[in-house]
Amino acid sequence: MYPREFEYVAAGSVEEAAQLLEDNPGAKVMSGGMSLIPMMKLRLLSPELVVDIGRIPGLNTIEDRGDHIAIGALVRQRQIAESPLIPMALKTAAAQTGDAQVRNTATFAGAIAHADVAADTPTAFVALGGTIVAKCVDGEREIAADACFVDTLTSALEANEILTEVRIPKSGGGSAYDKLGRRGGHTDYSVAGAAAWVADSSGRECRVAVGGVGTIPALASGVMEAMASGASPEDAAERACEGITVLEDLYGSEEYKSHLAKVFVRRALEQAMANAS
Amino acid sequence: MVETKSVLGGAIRRREDPALIAGQGLYTDDVAPTGTLHVAFVRSPFAKAKILSIDTAEAAGMAGVKAIYTADDVRHLGLLPTQVAVRARPLLADGQVAHSGEAVAMVVATDRYLAQDAAEAVFVDYEAQEPVIDLKAAAAGDIKAHDDMDSNVIIAWTAGPFGDEDGIAKTRETIQAAKDRDDTVTVSIEMVNQRLVPTAMEPRSVVADYSPGYNRFHVHSTTQIPHALAGAIAKTFDLDNSQVNVTALEVGGGFGAKLNVYPDEILVAFASKALGKPVKFTESRREAAVNTIHGRGWVATATMTGTRDGQILGYELDGLADMGAYTQNFTAAIPFLGLFVGSGQYTMPTYFNVACVLTNTVVTDAYRGAGRPEAEYYLERIVDAFSREIGVDPAEVRKKNYFDKFEDAVSPIGFAMDTGDYGANLDALLEFVDYEGMKARRDAARAEGRLVGLGLSSYVEVCGFGPSGLSDLGFNWGAYNVDSAFNGSGLVRVGGDGKATVHIGTGPSGQGHQTTWAQIVSAETGIPVDNIRVISGETDDTPVGIGSFGSRSAAVDGAAAHEAAGRVKAKAAKIAAHLLEAAEEDIRFEDGVAHVAGSPDQSVTWAEIAKTAYHPHLLPEGMEGGLEAHAVFSPGNATWPFGSHICMVEVDPDTGNVDVLEYLTMDDCGNVINPMIADGQLHGGIVQGAGQALFEDAIYDEQGTLLTTSFMDYLIPTATSMPSFQMERTTTPTHVNPLGVKGIGEAGTIGSAQTVVNAVVDALADLGVKHVDMPVRPRRVWEAIQAAKEA
Repeated sequence: MYPREFEYVAAGSVEEAAQLLEDNPGAKVMSGGMSLIPMMKLRLLSPELVVDIGRIPGLNTIEDRGDHIAIGALVRQRQIAESPLIPMALKTAAAQTGDAQVRNTATFAGAIAHADVAADTPTAFVALGGTIVAKCVDGEREIAADACFVDTLTSALEANEILTEVRIPKSGGGSAYDKLGRRGGHTDYSVAGAAAWVADSSGRECRVAVGGVGTIPALASGVMEAMASGASPEDAAERACEGITVLEDLYGSEEYKSHLAKVFVRRALEQAMANAS
Repeated sequence: MVETKSVLGGAIRRREDPALIAGQGLYTDDVAPTGTLHVAFVRSPFAKAKILSIDTAEAAGMAGVKAIYTADDVRHLGLLPTQVAVRARPLLADGQVAHSGEAVAMVVATDRYLAQDAAEAVFVDYEAQEPVIDLKAAAAGDIKAHDDMDSNVIIAWTAGPFGDEDGIAKTRETIQAAKDRDDTVTVSIEMVNQRLVPTAMEPRSVVADYSPGYNRFHVHSTTQIPHALAGAIAKTFDLDNSQVNVTALEVGGGFGAKLNVYPDEILVAFASKALGKPVKFTESRREAAVNTIHGRGWVATATMTGTRDGQILGYELDGLADMGAYTQNFTAAIPFLGLFVGSGQYTMPTYFNVACVLTNTVVTDAYRGAGRPEAEYYLERIVDAFSREIGVDPAEVRKKNYFDKFEDAVSPIGFAMDTGDYGANLDALLEFVDYEGMKARRDAARAEGRLVGLGLSSYVEVCGFGPSGLSDLGFNWGAYNVDSAFNGSGLVRVGGDGKATVHIGTGPSGQGHQTTWAQIVSAETGIPVDNIRVISGETDDTPVGIGSFGSRSAAVDGAAAHEAAGRVKAKAAKIAAHLLEAAEEDIRFEDGVAHVAGSPDQSVTWAEIAKTAYHPHLLPEGMEGGLEAHAVFSPGNATWPFGSHICMVEVDPDTGNVDVLEYLTMDDCGNVINPMIADGQLHGGIVQGAGQALFEDAIYDEQGTLLTTSFMDYLIPTATSMPSFQMERTTTPTHVNPLGVKGIGEAGTIGSAQTVVNAVVDALADLGVKHVDMPVRPRRVWEAIQAAKEA
């Protein structure tokens, strides 16, 4: 629980932070520090430089921009859980993240950058069809949700990029998130979870994402296809794990976790359809 | 008769809490004398390996590194002092590693970070060997935990009754005859009582500071047994016990894990003496999982035979207990503590046989309940399964087989029990919870297709180990050079200002001794609670004491303080009578004053009495000055608390998730000193037992790596895991101590795990599920449902 030696800089601006990352290939960005600090303490990660973006002004807002909601890099999970601007799937996922102390420390953008499949909000982010804004010294780019996650604990962000903002489209309809936590119910990391967005209460036009079971939060395209063709949520949910490599862990066998994915896809869809009406 | 008004039984708020809640309590890791050096250990990644060489050259040359020690440097100190030393451990692995995480080298540096860096630079050349991790495989014995052993089985605890070979054979014959009868039913289930990682909020920490000028150690340690630690260090360094002062500041939970002398405690003392500096070691959370003891770890088959109307004719428990790689303080004796309550509250012939088995894993030892939760789990699970098999209400089966109300009975397993009234206790629970109503609510939910279950368990435990005679059975700290039986000790001193200090040999870890001992002394003397300060955990300033564990403190040390207070009061009464020119027998103590019976105005305060005591010329002729007394108390027996718990759970058939809906209790710990504290002990105990039932599991892979070393993977229960408890109590005082109190620290844990599992099995019974092993995590419940569907 004692990290190796490292340098620390509290960046005053995104530009300064981007320059630091550019100049120091071994650097890591810290926002809330909820995941980075434990990994450093365990010496699983030993960056030479930590670039703290936590004191940069202007990154702590949730803003309605007409066609989308813009969430700054420093917005905490607790703010997401409590904001009236946030769609239900993401609000619920944020509310089910850790405990109050965790939600007050951890940032939503940080959860996406950390790309832990057992986290809750990334799954909702995928179902809601969000995007992230990544900045580096050369400019910025926008990455769509389904391209954000590459592999276990690996996002699409380059080492010199800072995730400055998450955007959630204002698509109307209804959305929902549900999961089984490691300590049962909704408590703790997700063993399996699913988020759904539907355009209306028929559920035919939808986006569904599955988390917890594979390596990344993934779009359940088979489910979406089945729903588009008029299947019931229960029948559509049978295709929850299509294209996902379900991994056994301490909390479930491949069979059990595949089963849970179906359960939560069905529940999320049914709840999203209810929320849309 | 000298009388006082009692404050016993008052729900006084814990006096220690304001500092703790405000984060202003002082813990061992807060101790940082100038020049303190810090320790990091090099730990083995292998469960079993030969150590071919240790290269410390690079690490020793790093900035800030003051010393690196290996077995070669500390071998002369001997093995770790251990009370039940069947396979004692070296202070540092000596040529051979026997569990992953075992300390191989110790780095001392000027700060903790540098120490960790240097520990990474120590190169150890291991020759890995195939370890034995699985308990049954270890008992079968193809691979040995240690190459020099003929068998991994080091001892078996067998009884029926205890200590009577002929009796055991006869008991087995009687049980076999019952099984052979046509009109009996026999139920048998193999169950796992899984290994746990005791989890205190404060990990272990120790700071040793050796003073060469005085040839004395001052050791701060977060321990439950300060006097034993002082003795162990004195013994190791060939000193008198008085040359070691051990201070346990606030101890942030112990649960038995701090009821041990650990190698690191001896090693920091060694380093402090060698380097002439204070030396500190504080475990990290992850390190604690492999450095501090584990608990439980049994596999056993419980078998019950009885008639179809619920008369139990025999009970057998046959199993294995995992010792881990070595034996520490009580390791090999833990199943013996289970054996004490092997027959529970029942009268049936009982055979108990648990073999202690070494494996290449972290050492197990006392964890809240220590053997008794395991024994009660098996017994109360099989009573439940037997009741289900014969179709009789489990409450009825229990009552039919209980001991009748008694004072001094001998259990079928052969132990003398103090007092019990089990039937009345269970009846009180059933009435309190409206048992018929609960069953009706369960049945109504089931009719809706919901998987709702009701779980009942009663329990008896044995605690308050203090009878001096048990010393002959090894219940003492002889291995730690403490020449005392497990007595209680208490010294009450009234100063010249009339305020009292109570010096006790306990080692509290959050039980509220600062409050309860003040109540005990206040009740006896009439000195207000606010004028009484309790001093514990400081060996220089407390009488030799045994520490706090096994729910012993109130029943043993509390009684000692009570007796000491009585002696102080007797002397104070003489002084008051002298000052008031009244007869001694007419003196009454109340609200901080002594007055003459019938004349409240004719009074003197404790301050006036005390002032007189410290001005001997004012005392009655011939009376010595001072106002204090020290009592050593040996109770007539251990105490046997008991109780009944019930809970309702709902299982989600889709996910296997278990939701505990209601949890209600009727406990009986005899007289209660402070009901708020007793309830608090039960709350924590129940959650720890339910935590075992629902979540906690120390999981090893086949290579012997512990996979559950952080709270991400080792799932302790949280505040949201359980509903609010509804608690009541019956009161059956003990006669083995003058307070009539029994222990309450472990009762909740001993009663709760099987209550939860019984409820889960009840919820699934209609599907044909007969048992689900702990922890009943969603995965396991869902798999049990699937297996039952397929069967």
